[in-house]
Amino acid sequence: MNAAETLTTDHSKAVADGSHTHGTGPGFAIPAKSRAERPTSFEPADFPMPTGREEDWRFTPLARLGTALDDVPVDRTAEWSVNPIPAGVSITQIEGADAQLRAVRAPSDRAGAIASARAVRNLLLAVAPGTVVPRPVEIEIAGVGGAVRGHLTAEVGDGAEVTVILTYTGEVELSEFVSIEIAPRARVNLVIIDECASETVHLQDIVVRVGRDAHLRASLVTLGSGLARTNTSVMLSGEGAELDLFGLYFADSGQHIENRVFVDHIAPRCRSRVAFKGALAGQTARTVWIGDVLIRAAAEGTDTYELNRNLLLTEGARADSVPNLEIETGEIAGAGHASATGRFDDEQMFYLQSRGIPEDEARRMVVRGFFADLVRQIGVASVEQGLMRAIDRELGVAHE
Amino acid sequence: MSTLEIRGLKVSVDTKEGTKPILRGVDLTIKSGETHAIMGPNGSGKSTLAYSLAGHPKYKVTDGSVTLDGQDVLAMKVDERARAGLFLAMQYPVEVPGVSVSNFLRTAKTAVAGEAPKLRTWIKEVKEAMDNLKMDPAFAERNVNEGFSGGEKKRHEILQMELLAPKFAILDETDSGLDIDALRVVSEGVNRAKAATGAGVLLITHYTRILRYIDADFVHVFVDGQIAEQGGPELADSLEAEGYDRFLAKA
Repeated sequence: MNAAETLTTDHSKAVADGSHTHGTGPGFAIPAKSRAERPTSFEPADFPMPTGREEDWRFTPLARLGTALDDVPVDRTAEWSVNPIPAGVSITQIEGADAQLRAVRAPSDRAGAIASARAVRNLLLAVAPGTVVPRPVEIEIAGVGGAVRGHLTAEVGDGAEVTVILTYTGEVELSEFVSIEIAPRARVNLVIIDECASETVHLQDIVVRVGRDAHLRASLVTLGSGLARTNTSVMLSGEGAELDLFGLYFADSGQHIENRVFVDHIAPRCRSRVAFKGALAGQTARTVWIGDVLIRAAAEGTDTYELNRNLLLTEGARADSVPNLEIETGEIAGAGHASATGRFDDEQMFYLQSRGIPEDEARRMVVRGFFADLVRQIGVASVEQGLMRAIDRELGVAHE
Repeated sequence: MSTLEIRGLKVSVDTKEGTKPILRGVDLTIKSGETHAIMGPNGSGKSTLAYSLAGHPKYKVTDGSVTLDGQDVLAMKVDERARAGLFLAMQYPVEVPGVSVSNFLRTAKTAVAGEAPKLRTWIKEVKEAMDNLKMDPAFAERNVNEGFSGGEKKRHEILQMELLAPKFAILDETDSGLDIDALRVVSEGVNRAKAATGAGVLLITHYTRILRYIDADFVHVFVDGQIAEQGGPELADSLEAEGYDRFLAKA
């Protein structure tokens, strides 16, 4: 849609009606198959080179992906720095074959399969069972040019509690496969922040399995990179597992930010909340949000809600938003989604300015306000404060 | 002593059918401490006058002038008008998600006063003003106008009038949607703010009942984008008895 219209869907109380999909844009089509049937593999050859017509590639500007879809060796790595690793946490290098064996599921697209197959370094972050890690594990991954492929594995033991912050910076063509195992009763807060330079191509295929009564809170923040595409698949596979997934993005001219979310309700009585919010500023700013939720036949008592909101700050920016809910059982507690993309609200600006607040400051208040509830959900004070400053900086850039 | 002077003001809005003139030449002078009631039937242009004075971009001024102590108001941006001393209490205040009332009030006060208010006295001042308007203290942490009832929105508007202390306050149908208790509380707020600051008030209303609580020095009847008749408080009484029919018949 363009900036002149506002599109809203709100199905806060969806029912079991099989597939339930909406979308906008010229390429919109109901997926041919259930999300459950999408192939997964570690073998790049199992995924043909995309043409751009495939359901999972139709929004992505393939020409800007560089070599990320080429199944060829690379020799570069990104620079890792980690704050002093707390007791009970370990970060070690493992063999590629071992990394693939440990994966909770194989990659779901060609980029993910190549990222794992061609990874130069396979790292394993492990948290011992029962460990309550007192402070966040902070990892900075700095691109220093070139093509980088990576396979990152994280395993959080039974009943452990940990916060992990991954911050990406620098310039790089980075494609990663990330597998996260969250054992029963564990509590994980994962924050991923992309602040890469505008020349960066950043692809991530993230797969998480959440065990019985475990909880994942994850926040995906994308401010940087010229092209950022993140697949986030969360399998709620143990009874009573919970997911709170938040996404926050800000696209300027020339940026393409794509989030593809898949929440797989496998076990009974799991709860998922997904909320992504994005702001777009500039003629060629582009964002895509796909929110697939599958409630399998065994997942009785599921409670799920997903939301996407986009704020178009200028003419020309384009946001695609496609929520998709598949329900295979009628015995659920609740399932819904909402999607809205709208123009920057001139009436809000008028209201604030009519109280003497100058235009720049009024705009900052409105955009900060738009993101505020989401930022407060991250649960790491230093990240929350840093993010508000980063949003202010984005607004500064957008209006220079 | 300040003067807000409106001379020959003509205002149009753009509609699908083309440009539509709403105000057809308004003359009005308001001095500090005076209360002018603008009364008239729906669609007569009362709200257009309010929004035009505040500078809403939807309304295009095609002729005339507005000055505040000789300064050209029409040349000012929306925020500049507020800083010059104009305040508009809106009929339909706008929701601003994620912005708390306390943050909003402090930011507005800082902008209007030109410097941040001293924190301790400011908190006290806000609390007092809220108490006076019978507003729950928890109100300060809610998002601006989000989920407010009609009465809460109007109290919040008058709270701002009290705290921002404008030279001239334009109250656009502040009485609409209020029950009798809320109307009294809000009216008392207006009277208090006026007594404290000596502001001039332009009170726009469809009904006469708010004039039982707020004394108008002058009453202007607005019909078809112009002032059709002016008088003292007794004019409101005759409107109460006769309605607007005789003006509409004339128009």
